Amino acid sequence: MYTEKVMDHFTNPRNVGEIENADGIGEVGNMKCGDIMRIYLKVNEDDIIEDIKFRTFGCGAAIATSSAITEMVKGKTIAEAWEISNIQVAEELGGLPPSKMHCSNLAADALKNALRDLEEKRAAQKTE
Amino acid sequence: MRKVYLDNAATTRMHEEVFAAMKPYLLEHYGNPSSIHSFGRQARKAVEDAREQVAAALGAEPREIVFTSGATEANNLAIRGIARAQKNKGNHLITSAVEHHAVLDTCKALAKEGFTVTVVPVDEYGMVDPAAVEAAITDQTILVSIMLANNEVGTINPIAEIGEICRKHNLIFHSDAVQGIGNIPVNVDNLKVDLLSLSAHKFYGPKGIGALYVRKGTKLDVFNFGGVQERKLRPGTENVPAIVGLGKAIELATSDLEAEAAKLRVLRDKLIKGLLAIEATKLNGHPEKRLPGNVNVSIQYIEGESLLLSLDLKGVAASSGSACTSGSLDPSHVLMAMGLDHQTAHGSLRLTLGRDNTEEDVDYVLEVLPEIVERLRAMSPIYTGNEIKRS
Repeated sequence: MYTEKVMDHFTNPRNVGEIENADGIGEVGNMKCGDIMRIYLKVNEDDIIEDIKFRTFGCGAAIATSSAITEMVKGKTIAEAWEISNIQVAEELGGLPPSKMHCSNLAADALKNALRDLEEKRAAQKTE
Repeated sequence: MRKVYLDNAATTRMHEEVFAAMKPYLLEHYGNPSSIHSFGRQARKAVEDAREQVAAALGAEPREIVFTSGATEANNLAIRGIARAQKNKGNHLITSAVEHHAVLDTCKALAKEGFTVTVVPVDEYGMVDPAAVEAAITDQTILVSIMLANNEVGTINPIAEIGEICRKHNLIFHSDAVQGIGNIPVNVDNLKVDLLSLSAHKFYGPKGIGALYVRKGTKLDVFNFGGVQERKLRPGTENVPAIVGLGKAIELATSDLEAEAAKLRVLRDKLIKGLLAIEATKLNGHPEKRLPGNVNVSIQYIEGESLLLSLDLKGVAASSGSACTSGSLDPSHVLMAMGLDHQTAHGSLRLTLGRDNTEEDVDYVLEVLPEIVERLRAMSPIYTGNEIKRS
């Protein structure tokens, strides 16, 4: 039911873990539906995402989409990262089963939450 | 790669002797049992011989056995058949929160027709309390349907006690015994049931065939029309090869039940012990009143489907009650009815043993699983490694 790309990301997930003193952290999902994704970002002074890591509790699709988005985002600018959608992540993986498109395809939402956290932290630093 | 099938509660591999018994009825003896010529008579004899085998296995009379396409149809026939036949006596049905959807959804459909349904809760082991069933009875109650043993957690219900209560209150009692046949003794008089459903592929028989036991004198309303087969309760030409297979399968499964169950219990208990040795795991279902081949554990901090995928990559076939594998957005209704929190339900793993499994299979699972658990926990945002030390 999963594509080869999904199974590849599931068996060899990229960028698993946490970033200490991350510039932005974003989470999405809840335990009720059984998917929780957390994304950590490290951004340099040129607004380029230097490092990105994830931790995910969830099904094969949840883990694969988390892993895939880290590859898609690494080296991109903040502005480019904002443009990534859940559908693009699914396309990157060669598609997901229809039942997984909503509940387990949330990696772009987690990324957006991390980017929002990054911007809030920066805004807070400016006002200090 | 080693292949280990541990999903025998989903379906089983057909017994060679069952296949051998069926084969002539697929290729040579193809007559229609309703035909009067020799081809028909031979098929008729095979169907009636199988009916005797099923009846003998259950302690019933042959004419009390109705062949169906499986347990789903048997459950529908029993519950809808009784509800409609008895609707002048009352409109209340009683069932339990852990029934198979073939029972729960049939009751739901009847609720739309104006019947009222009481869904009795279960305890932390998934067991139905006979006192709760009795407390639910009203002057409108016509039918009680409680499963013999649960398909997910393997808990065995006190069916004989519930049957006694139903007799005292003059109620018709149905039990879905799908998981029981071949695993625990099933005798319709001992269990005090009026209706009982079973399915051949759960005990090494073919798929697409089952039966409903209907106690003599129990009237069912009919909702399929078109023939006189199965006393008009299930019209249509009989699936002769499958019926022959069911007869042979139930004969085999009940003849060496004790020895087979004892073998499975040893493997089951070794598997449970090994799984519970992994940190932050718990057994789901009753520790003793449990099917001999059922293992169900929750592995904290990881999700069931990713566990199943990982096991499948190692050649191990298992199942889970996580939302992703239940085909809905919610985790298993059985685990939720037992009071498990969402995380524990999502992390459930069911391994069900059968006659082909060996101790080497159990050892293999216990060898590969800890690595998988460690890998998935390392990915999990709700696990930091400190939780276990604290608890």
